[in-house]
Amino acid sequence: MDFLRPATLAEALALKAQRPDAVPIAGGTDVMVELNFDHRRPTALLDLTRIAELRSWDVDGEDRGGDGGTVRIGSGVPYTRIIDELGDRLPGLAMASRTVGSPQIRNRGTVGGNLGAASPAGDTHPVLLAGGATVEAASTRGTRLIPATGFYLGVKRHALEPDELITAIHVPATRAPQQFAKVGTRNAMVIAVCSFAVALHPTRQRVGAAVGSAAPTPRRATAAEEFLSGELTATGQWDSPKPLLDSVKRRFGELVAEAASPIDDVRGSAAYRKHALSVLARRTLDWAWRDYTEEVA
Amino acid sequence: MRVNVTVNGEPRQADDVWEGESLLFLLRERLGLPGSKNACEQGECGSCTVYLDGTPVCSCLVAAGQVQDREVRTVEGLADGDRLDPVQAAFVEAGAVQCGFCTPGLVVAAHDLLDRVPRPSDPEIREALAGNLCRCTGYEKILDAVRLAASRKADPEAATR
Repeated sequence: MDFLRPATLAEALALKAQRPDAVPIAGGTDVMVELNFDHRRPTALLDLTRIAELRSWDVDGEDRGGDGGTVRIGSGVPYTRIIDELGDRLPGLAMASRTVGSPQIRNRGTVGGNLGAASPAGDTHPVLLAGGATVEAASTRGTRLIPATGFYLGVKRHALEPDELITAIHVPATRAPQQFAKVGTRNAMVIAVCSFAVALHPTRQRVGAAVGSAAPTPRRATAAEEFLSGELTATGQWDSPKPLLDSVKRRFGELVAEAASPIDDVRGSAAYRKHALSVLARRTLDWAWRDYTEEVA
Repeated sequence: MRVNVTVNGEPRQADDVWEGESLLFLLRERLGLPGSKNACEQGECGSCTVYLDGTPVCSCLVAAGQVQDREVRTVEGLADGDRLDPVQAAFVEAGAVQCGFCTPGLVVAAHDLLDRVPRPSDPEIREALAGNLCRCTGYEKILDAVRLAASRKADPEAATR
């Protein structure tokens, strides 16, 4: 096994072009488990931890004190830093990051790694989908932006070409309410049985909603988004929010559950996952809407 | 490869290292530092927690090739000679050590918490130790130990009385 240690992004891209078989490693929280258990023996590892360009974030566009603009987060920024440094601009992503593993795991693990692994259960995927994030991929051929909605292709399969590396994630900054919730057997160190993210986009009068660990890929609940966005706009509630009707919350929950196509497995049954998603959807919508009502008032 | 790494303040060198082996293996089997324990090898138990460049990590999830020219501090590096670190002393006194397997990881995690948050609340202690598993189920005394260490750090005179 070769161990490639590029010092710059340009060097990393050149190496990946020469060695498309090389497995990128950053925090190691997924890759090392596979190595330790001999589940995988890559021909080469491409260590990304020395590349300073991947460890910073900045804001593109107009930054109105944490609102507006797009945060470009280097793929090597660990969860701990997202929580500490970006919680005010990216509430949903920070919330999901807080549920990842343990402090030790959050100190090492990265959103780039979550995307690279493309597990349907990855904690950040639903918030990236609901928040309208874009994945920045680069190769020696150039850089391209892949909307999160087009990134996940199947179980642990994504839209990257073999010579590409994930260099950053672009997430719209917002102070509008976002929520994330996941079901697990305890609070820490659990893989999601199912998870859900909701994001309010008041300026566009839209709602984002996405499910995790409940289909072969993380996916948006588009019918639920359409229903709720239409309902809120039709009743003028973006300007003068009122407590949501139970019937609206219930319908939203049903549509979220319908968006999922879960399986029965050791962590939970398909029926349980659908039921839990409808509950998570109602609950997180309620939290987000209450926050929005207070903000507007 | 040859790995050069500073461990507990001393430059160390290991030869014929397979880059994909873990930092935990490097520490225990090549550098003779068995303090960090090998239990789950998947980051679930926290028994192998060490500082890497000042940040607590599971050493089983760091590739040996990734620590070239980096700084590692293990549980062996917390005591000052024969004088235990206040966290270690508090674990002994509070009876927070049962079989001892989880202890090194818990001590490093608690040490880091008290460095960042001198007077942690109980929820903060619980969250900081959420990645450390004790199979003797001795968590109450572990919490007592962290509270004791925190109170002594806040009032160093009390520690020597």
